[in-house]
Amino acid sequence: MNSALLVNIFRFIVLLAIQIVIFNNMNFLGYISPFPYLLYIILYPVNSNRSGLIISSFLLGLTMDMFCNSGGIHATACVILAYYRPYIFKFSFGLSYEYQTIKLNESLTPERFSFILVSVILHHIILFTFEAFQFKFIGDVLLRTLFSSIFTIIVSIIIIYLIKPNKR
Amino acid sequence: MQQIFNFIIRNSNRLLFLLLLGISLALTIQSHSYHRSRVISSANFLSGGVYERINRVNEYLNLRTQNDELVLENARLKSLLFNKEDTTKIPLADSIKGVKPADIIVSKVIHNSYNTHENYITLNSGAKEGMKQDMGVINSLGIIGVVDNTSKNYSTVVSILNMKSHINAKLKKSNHFGSLTWSGKSTGFVQLEDVPRLASIRKGDTIVTGGQSVIFPEGINIGTVEKIYVKTGTSYYVIDVKLFNDMTNLGHVYVIKSKDREELINLEKKENDE
Repeated sequence: MNSALLVNIFRFIVLLAIQIVIFNNMNFLGYISPFPYLLYIILYPVNSNRSGLIISSFLLGLTMDMFCNSGGIHATACVILAYYRPYIFKFSFGLSYEYQTIKLNESLTPERFSFILVSVILHHIILFTFEAFQFKFIGDVLLRTLFSSIFTIIVSIIIIYLIKPNKR
Repeated sequence: MQQIFNFIIRNSNRLLFLLLLGISLALTIQSHSYHRSRVISSANFLSGGVYERINRVNEYLNLRTQNDELVLENARLKSLLFNKEDTTKIPLADSIKGVKPADIIVSKVIHNSYNTHENYITLNSGAKEGMKQDMGVINSLGIIGVVDNTSKNYSTVVSILNMKSHINAKLKKSNHFGSLTWSGKSTGFVQLEDVPRLASIRKGDTIVTGGQSVIFPEGINIGTVEKIYVKTGTSYYVIDVKLFNDMTNLGHVYVIKSKDREELINLEKKENDE
């Protein structure tokens, strides 16, 4: 129980640090940038405290907003993703997901991939919509969501494979 | 009473979600309104400190371009100095226009964003050095932005690549002025709006800051005219201005502290009150 908490705190800090130091400086073609920090929300233990997830996601988003000078857009997107995470679980893994112990950081099955895909697209579309905040940029928002989602998913899967614990 | 508590306990996650969503939406909407500066900004101890550390490493990567820029500016200043008739003579104040006294604070960009619609720059000097809201930020090539938030050691700047930014600018050769905005598309170009069609403008003309704002002194370089449109249904031009500055590569900057700023602001406030 305690070690799970420590692992979460560790993930929170490390993912934020990686995001701020490395990935915030990446822009392909001027507008495509990955946001692998939301792996924190994706990898949060399935059966753990849900209000803990919502509060920590809010803090995660707020820290990102502080570093990006972006008002509250990351906080909004993270809170919405954290709240709807169980529904995405149901969508991807079927109704009985709570009884299995789903470990996302194992080999990539179609269910796991669809869960990451839906989460990332939900997060990005909220993020870019609130960033533009005007209807006339709708095309721009969709384009950014599409390309940044692809990029985020690739980076996320690479990170999941890199931090995968060794099996004996 | 019991039922109320039961309701709260049963729906605690939903209530928590709605509360936090409300807070973050309020922050988002507040940050998009023009006249208020944002609550959450990178001008603070934590993010300012982190960005300063990162910048110490990144600085070395573009020392060459920074040096080139400094040499060019030195050459320009030297040529001004040598072409004066008498270098020991004190410059006389222009009796009609008056010289606007201004102080300069040297500062350094420690974080720069240019890939969103509302871009901000973080500088490594703050209230301790005398930075205040609405001061102009320039470098040797042209204007960069306007100071937004300040903390003790750091400050954030609304970049000219920010759709909220409106800066008074004019043509160098005539006095036709307009408002400098950004369409959010390219980092190399900004738009000069509301220039009357009476003005004769050609491609390659220089755009400088106008004297109407208290933020920038008159005549600081911005860029050259690249394309000219007529805004549909109006008699005004919209001009694409190619910036002299490369906004994706900024190093040292100068913050302008205009001395009669307070006086002008007080005067305008008094007139508005009456």
